[in-house]
Amino acid sequence: MANIISDETMEYVGILAKLELSEEEKKQAESDMGRMLDYIDKLNELDTTGVEPMSHVFPVNNVFREDVVVNGDDRENILKNAPGVKEGAFKVPKTVE
Amino acid sequence: MAKQYETVIGLEVHVELATKTKIFCGCSTEFGGAPNTHTCPVCTGMPGSLPVLNKQVVEYAIAVGLATNCTITQYCKFDRKNYFYPDNPQNYQISQLYLPICRNGGVEIDTPAGKKIIGIHEIHMEEDAGKLVHDEWEDCSLVDFNRSGVPLIEIVSEPDMRSAEEVIAYLDKLRLIIQYLGASDCKLNEGSMRADVNLSVREVGATEFGTRTEMKNLNSFKAIARAIEGERARQIELLEEGKQVVQETRRWDDNKEYSYAMRSKEDAQDYRYFPDPDLVPIVISDEWIERIRKAQPELRTEKLERYKKEFDIPDYDAEILTSSKVLADLFEATTELCHKPKKVSNWLMVETLRLVKENDMEVEDIDFSPENLAKLIELAESGAINSSVAKEVFEKIFKEDIDPDKYVEEKGLKSVNDEGALRATIEKVIADNPQSVEDYHNGKEKAIGFLVGQTMKAMQGKANPGMVNKILKELL
Repeated sequence: MANIISDETMEYVGILAKLELSEEEKKQAESDMGRMLDYIDKLNELDTTGVEPMSHVFPVNNVFREDVVVNGDDRENILKNAPGVKEGAFKVPKTVE
Repeated sequence: MAKQYETVIGLEVHVELATKTKIFCGCSTEFGGAPNTHTCPVCTGMPGSLPVLNKQVVEYAIAVGLATNCTITQYCKFDRKNYFYPDNPQNYQISQLYLPICRNGGVEIDTPAGKKIIGIHEIHMEEDAGKLVHDEWEDCSLVDFNRSGVPLIEIVSEPDMRSAEEVIAYLDKLRLIIQYLGASDCKLNEGSMRADVNLSVREVGATEFGTRTEMKNLNSFKAIARAIEGERARQIELLEEGKQVVQETRRWDDNKEYSYAMRSKEDAQDYRYFPDPDLVPIVISDEWIERIRKAQPELRTEKLERYKKEFDIPDYDAEILTSSKVLADLFEATTELCHKPKKVSNWLMVETLRLVKENDMEVEDIDFSPENLAKLIELAESGAINSSVAKEVFEKIFKEDIDPDKYVEEKGLKSVNDEGALRATIEKVIADNPQSVEDYHNGKEKAIGFLVGQTMKAMQGKANPGMVNKILKELL
């Protein structure tokens, strides 16, 4: 494996993804990510000069909706997915900036 | 000698577009509904839901881009900006990083030193977040997703501004353009227009920019001006003390007139943007751009010229009326009904703007109907009500949009034009005030004013002043 993921990188990625990993899981993830980067290195061997970057796999564009209200009040159903409910709102642990 | 500093300012302006529905789903964008009553699986980020782009959002963004001299990106797409915060249910915001819809534009502003172009780096489309309320009683936060998915455009300027005055002039210009296009009402106090200020200072003559900070939570022009002054002073003080300005986001507290660094726990400003696979690219043809260009409504400069030509009003009136879309629309609609442009202009420029100021409102908050103002003008011009009654009725129109015909009828405010009744009252006033009559005959012209006043009082303010004057002079 050519790409080595350092513990610091693993720590940082964990913070960004809001994941707390055990030591064992960290080792496994470091090895998985290293192999992914190896694969990217392989792709990088290709000469892509003059090739337009692809932004979507389907050859489709301009899929639009007209600006018409089609949804009504479905709060009751929507709130069934909430971790907690208070006064018609999703109740979540306190967030302070 | 003390060092001289220059302030360098760039703005990120978010504008909520005036679409009926959200950017990626058919939920209403109406302001002020009960929490979560305008939500669906898409705008609450439920797994498996798929966004579909609202065409009107693209059209408004192109319209604003054309009006601000931007180049339209004819192949553009959406990207995901990844971050965790409870007001963002997907844990990413759908935005545009790599191919924003508009680029390389600019608008002209007036400064004391003359005209100046403020460059626009880009305009991109994105979705708004939900609203978080921190519960005072329980240790929790409450999330309302009604605003989640409301379409925004973010207009990113170049760092071309050098003072609070230039910033205000630029914002005014943008606001006017966008309002004229009908793309947004741009109300700062309701958050449909929001500005983040990027500011750095450097010594006069320096070519490199200093380290900048970004200030948020600015919801009025006054707050923006104060925040700029405050942040400039704070940065200069740091530099004078030999310290460094730290690149960070700060939150302006307009009551305390101070900004605070916003620190999130890990301070990770790493958004790991990548193309959104749920949304296909947008291809904007030349024809589409031309269609929008042709449908572009008259902007301020053209409107100003037309007013000067078409209506018999002073240039000054035309300047003020066209300085706000709301005033201009009201002026045109009312004039269309009553065909008295100068009268309409007077009511708008004098009484309306006075009441706006007295009530600490913005011109955008005016919401009486042109029909009622036109009716009032008819009443006043026909002599059916006198001018002081007209002002009183207008206040009611301004506040409650009442029908002046009905109101005048119900309250019995019609001027008394019945000559017989007036004559009888005036005869009595003359009989009761022999001293004033004598003063008048002795050449004291002012005495007649007193007699007019007494007559108006006797008629409870409803007499036609012209007729009172005429009859008085005749009887004296």
